[in-house]
Amino acid sequence: MNFDFNEEQRALAETVQRFVARDYSFEARRAIRDSSPGWSREVWLALADLGVLALNIDEEHGGLGYGPQETGLVMSAFGAGLLLEPYLSGAVIAPALIRRTASADFQEEWLPNIATGETVVVLAHHDARNEPVTEIGGNLSGRKAVVAHGGCADLLLVSARTAQGTTGLFAVTPGAEGVSLRDYPTLDGQRAADLVLSNAPAARIDAGSKTLAAIEAALDIGLAAVCSEAVGIMEATVAATTEYLKTRQQFGQPIGRFQALQHRMADMLLHLEQARSMSYLAAMHCTNEDTSARQRSISAAKVTIGQACRFIAQNAVQLHGGMGMSDELMLSHWFKRLTTIEISFGDTDSHLQRFARLSRAA
Amino acid sequence: MDLNFSPEENTFREEVRRFVAEKLPGPIRHKVMNGEHLNRDEHVQWQRILHQRGWGGPGWPKEFGGPGWTPTEQYIFEEECAAGGAPRLISFGLKMIAPVLMAFGSPAQQQRYLPKILSAEEWWCQGYSEPGAGSDLASVKTRAVRDGNHYIVNGQKTWTTLGQYADWIFCLVRTDPEAKKQSGISFLLIDMKTPGVTVRPIITLDGAHEVNEVWLEEVRVPVENLIGEENKGWTYAKFLLGHERTNIAGIGIAKRELARLKRIAAAEGRLDEPLFAARVAQVEIDLIALEITNLRVLSAERAKKAPGPEASILKIKGTEIQQAIAELMMQAVGPYALPFKQEDVGPDYAANLATGYCNQRKLSIFGGSNEIQKNIIAQMILGL
Repeated sequence: MNFDFNEEQRALAETVQRFVARDYSFEARRAIRDSSPGWSREVWLALADLGVLALNIDEEHGGLGYGPQETGLVMSAFGAGLLLEPYLSGAVIAPALIRRTASADFQEEWLPNIATGETVVVLAHHDARNEPVTEIGGNLSGRKAVVAHGGCADLLLVSARTAQGTTGLFAVTPGAEGVSLRDYPTLDGQRAADLVLSNAPAARIDAGSKTLAAIEAALDIGLAAVCSEAVGIMEATVAATTEYLKTRQQFGQPIGRFQALQHRMADMLLHLEQARSMSYLAAMHCTNEDTSARQRSISAAKVTIGQACRFIAQNAVQLHGGMGMSDELMLSHWFKRLTTIEISFGDTDSHLQRFARLSRAA
Repeated sequence: MDLNFSPEENTFREEVRRFVAEKLPGPIRHKVMNGEHLNRDEHVQWQRILHQRGWGGPGWPKEFGGPGWTPTEQYIFEEECAAGGAPRLISFGLKMIAPVLMAFGSPAQQQRYLPKILSAEEWWCQGYSEPGAGSDLASVKTRAVRDGNHYIVNGQKTWTTLGQYADWIFCLVRTDPEAKKQSGISFLLIDMKTPGVTVRPIITLDGAHEVNEVWLEEVRVPVENLIGEENKGWTYAKFLLGHERTNIAGIGIAKRELARLKRIAAAEGRLDEPLFAARVAQVEIDLIALEITNLRVLSAERAKKAPGPEASILKIKGTEIQQAIAELMMQAVGPYALPFKQEDVGPDYAANLATGYCNQRKLSIFGGSNEIQKNIIAQMILGL
């Protein structure tokens, strides 16, 4: 039992924190957000230079071969700065998925380029209602909804129902015939896209069996990373709100002297610490070979963190009063990302139900 | 970072588990597993069994006859005792006055009192709260006036848990009424058999006799029963409250009660109801998170020793979880929760669920109410 990070991990965290503080200020982020692709290739290559894009890629493919703990530290640091680049999709979920499903040739071709930042690969999994993506004769048709960072991708990995009734994974090139991407901003300032496929050419990359399980496993690794990101954001939110309560004066004293507000802040801290604990649990279990143990822990973590996201986001705005509503403060942007995280990867209710089901079976 | 216990700690856990399975008397185990109150003899019996094994004071250092366990080993011990149906250790002697004696008592006081706490020869109770001093503990009014080699004590203590069993009471008394609130308080040990000490039961909403009023009228207490220095009692009192909060999260007990909730809910078919199942799932998730938070605090404690303000987090969440479990158990059985103190109506497990729910309301009130804990978090951790 040991809750300390080792020296190497601390150095990594400090490197990324320094990068965010120096190169990802509120204004810099706003400029990137308002630019035409909505994210920065330049930042992406800087991240490659820092080595963080190589974190989840094994050494034989030009990566660093780190794991969920290191990813969590990086995501937590990115959280405070609300990085807009497709790190989660491109550097966490995609490599995890490729490692679990793709042929040796595909891995050799794509993983090194992900590590250097040359290529962004994004998974498109969630089907639009009533328009599932299906494979007919090697081509794909259907619609994927709200694909996170879909518009940033150089290559899309698309899950589809095959003629045999199983789930297959296909590589699709944006811009190819029959591939249409509608790219748009999301609530949190990041980008997503709806992907419409009309008899689009696609190359099957999975070995065929257990592909859906591999996708779920990769998404759980992503979810664990998101849990750490959420903790980074909530930490920053709690710190900023505490500071505001100490400086904002009303009735001749700092509003932090009022017990109603003190207790609200204490409740926020309780949520934050419980969330932090669960982010550790998620990092530990997201690679657990025992699927139901993995899902049970991941769901428990998402429930705790989803509830903390809601509580801390809403109350941080409340305690900031009118200032909490302003677009000019980082706070409102943390609020929107925390709101997004609660909704993403299955919301609190769906994970609560899954946990209840798995607990009963256990 | 590693969330697993070490192989040595797991071996230790096995050892405790085996010991509890072998040595805990069946009737005591049955009562604990079903949420029934234990009597004095049953508590004493278990304490003596532990003492024989050298485990009578789980938090005690070796020099005073304890096992010298790390905070993690103490945690494992409490968890396994709870899981195996062992009674909660009576904390007033072991976890409250004993650490004060070790830190501030004279060698004579240590030799006089500590061994009999370990062996359960003497039962202690806590004389802190008064009718006018609850959360605002420093406003105690009980007076102690020096008269030669004695203090003459007059006043009233209240909410004295299991005071009806006690041989001794440790009291906060006012020795300097002129001084500012905190600085006129002293810490006295009083023999309950002294003339002028009267214990009167307070019956609580669950119909139980767990707490008492203790009246002190012209009670003569030898001056050698003073802890440390006169008028420095507040320092010792705060030290004690810090120790009271170790293991306050009650993870082991909550796990055992959660298992009981699941058994009852399954027997009643309530887990087939999605809303009820979700409520149970929520409390189970909260408990998983709190367990990790507790282990984080323990791990920080190894470095800093005394439990810091983080203990307030454990107290609030731990008591909320235990209360939620008690509430769900009562709800699980529906109307059969309602017959009051009737053993022979409805399923066996239903008989004490409503009274258990009522009793557990105390958790968020005692040991520093949860609102006081939030004040501590706001002021000590957040610096507001």
